[in-house]
Amino acid sequence: MSRLSAESVTLAYDGRVIAEDLSVAVPDNSFTVIVGPNACGKSTLLRALSRMLKPRAGSVLLDGAAIGSYPARKVARTLGLLPQSSVAPDGITVADLVARGRHPHQGLLRQWSPEDERIVQESMAATGVAALADRYVDELSGGQRQRVWIAMALAQRTPLLLLDEPTTFLDIQHQIEILDLCAELHENQGRTLVAVLHDLNHAARYATHLIAMRDGRVVAEGAPGDIVTAELVERVFGLRCQVIDDPQTGTPLVVPAARRVSTGVRVSTGVTGSSAAAARPAGPPSA
Amino acid sequence: MNTTDSRPAVRALRTRGGLSIRFAPRAVLVAALLLAAALAASVALIGTGDYPMTFADVLRTLTGGGTEAQEFIVHDLRLPRVLVGLLVGTALGLAGAVFQSVSRNPLGSPDVIGLGQGSSVGALTVIVLFHGDPAAVAAGAVAGGLLSGAAIYALAWQRGVHGYRFVLVGIAMSAVLVAVIGYLLTKANLTDAARATVWMVGSLNGRDWSQVWPLLGVCAVLVPAVLGHGRSLRMLEMGDDSAYALGVPVERTRLVTTGAAVLLTAVATAAAGPISFVALAAPQLARRLTRSPGPNLTAAASTGAALLVGADWAAQRLFGADQLPVGALTGMLGGCYLLWLLHTERRAGRV
Repeated sequence: MSRLSAESVTLAYDGRVIAEDLSVAVPDNSFTVIVGPNACGKSTLLRALSRMLKPRAGSVLLDGAAIGSYPARKVARTLGLLPQSSVAPDGITVADLVARGRHPHQGLLRQWSPEDERIVQESMAATGVAALADRYVDELSGGQRQRVWIAMALAQRTPLLLLDEPTTFLDIQHQIEILDLCAELHENQGRTLVAVLHDLNHAARYATHLIAMRDGRVVAEGAPGDIVTAELVERVFGLRCQVIDDPQTGTPLVVPAARRVSTGVRVSTGVTGSSAAAARPAGPPSA
Repeated sequence: MNTTDSRPAVRALRTRGGLSIRFAPRAVLVAALLLAAALAASVALIGTGDYPMTFADVLRTLTGGGTEAQEFIVHDLRLPRVLVGLLVGTALGLAGAVFQSVSRNPLGSPDVIGLGQGSSVGALTVIVLFHGDPAAVAAGAVAGGLLSGAAIYALAWQRGVHGYRFVLVGIAMSAVLVAVIGYLLTKANLTDAARATVWMVGSLNGRDWSQVWPLLGVCAVLVPAVLGHGRSLRMLEMGDDSAYALGVPVERTRLVTTGAAVLLTAVATAAAGPISFVALAAPQLARRLTRSPGPNLTAAASTGAALLVGADWAAQRLFGADQLPVGALTGMLGGCYLLWLLHTERRAGRV
């Protein structure tokens, strides 16, 4: 079952067509991750799924009806989005920013109910920013700030949450921290998550459903363990690689081929440290 | 009514029926104090002039207990001037807050982006080419302001506003308009040129009830309309995508609020001339006083009113009755304010 899907959509910015006749369904209760090389249309697809971009043809369906046919507020109570470009207003505190996530649930005379307050406190606790509630957002580190934005999206209390490259510009430890948080939200709160990610290994580790795109088309989709192969990575990214089991999670781990792997040394699979390609000392080519 | 637990994320007042409004004590206090300051300055301004009156005299006359001479001076001469000042200040403060919020830039104010110059071109066209009466000049100013607003919208509004793009387009517009003003002035005969120059400084001198009523009518419609969009404007400051994701009708909010702001600026300019600095500074001062993020619409409007009436009173006190037009004083203050703003923005690494 799928509450959110794109049915044969054509996506274009002005005259430039990004994708044609593209169909994607987001499985309910999945952590769906969309991957693909730059300009493959993955962020564009996410924009269409979140109704930011109106398809030129075809339609995006939310609960069986075209997403554009709902009032904006109603969509905002069902589907949340963490865009790439968010601006924290000058001088805003963490609590105040997270509180803004309640906007679609409020009205002129219902501006702040006890429920709003409770949900905001819960969202800050779930993302580990409760202790920062009174701090100014501009003072925080990149990782903390991203958690605050996620808290805001959580406060929206939507069963579906879309994240556009939530880990970009973060240090590696913060990237993992954010992805762990997403996995937790997916597992513990039963939300359907859709994220665009740059890092294929992150995608393979965290996704329950992976969509691989290239040139505006879906090349493969399914559980990462089923679809991530060296052949797929080469087809999608044009990258020669070896796919091994992640020693931590058992999910596929993509190891890019070394600069000169074609010297006839057969690479053994399954063992990371002893791989001939990985162990080759860096230096000028000798052959 | 009750408030929630020890440290709520947002303070609110609630009724048993489930209604609730956000309540920021500091913002409410600041708005109340500013309003009180504006009213006090108004009373002081009414008492200032060739026939000085005490605070008590003014209040007595306003409530219907003055002598016949006092009645005439207050009701026919000075009250309309003060009301024009209050309304123009309110309109400019509010319009400035809207523009700065939508452009996400403190320089995105009507003064900077050429709305005042647009109104000037309209007014000067009427004065110089048609030798029109004051009503026609006011109509020309409104038309000029609206046209330049539409032009900026068309030039700067491609897929959302980028703060500096908006400001730069506005600066280019105002440069062109200033050139047109210069051309019109060289075409004018001496009388018209003098009249045009006086108009362009911006003044509250000699304003009467015929300026009050149209201004009051426009403000009565547009001020509530803009305030009603305040919550959406707050969301818009986080970027179009975020606002959209939160269910804000982004384009409609922007069109309604900036349209109202252009109209408010045009009508205010038609009534008092292009008074500089108020729309630029009022929202920034208000935000620093309330220390809360967002457009601070109410506080900005009251700051505008207090600033303009206060400046007019100061000009009259310091330089004598009707000697210095209030626009000259606000212009001087505005220059200093702009330098300070650039200084602090540079320290914050934004310029």
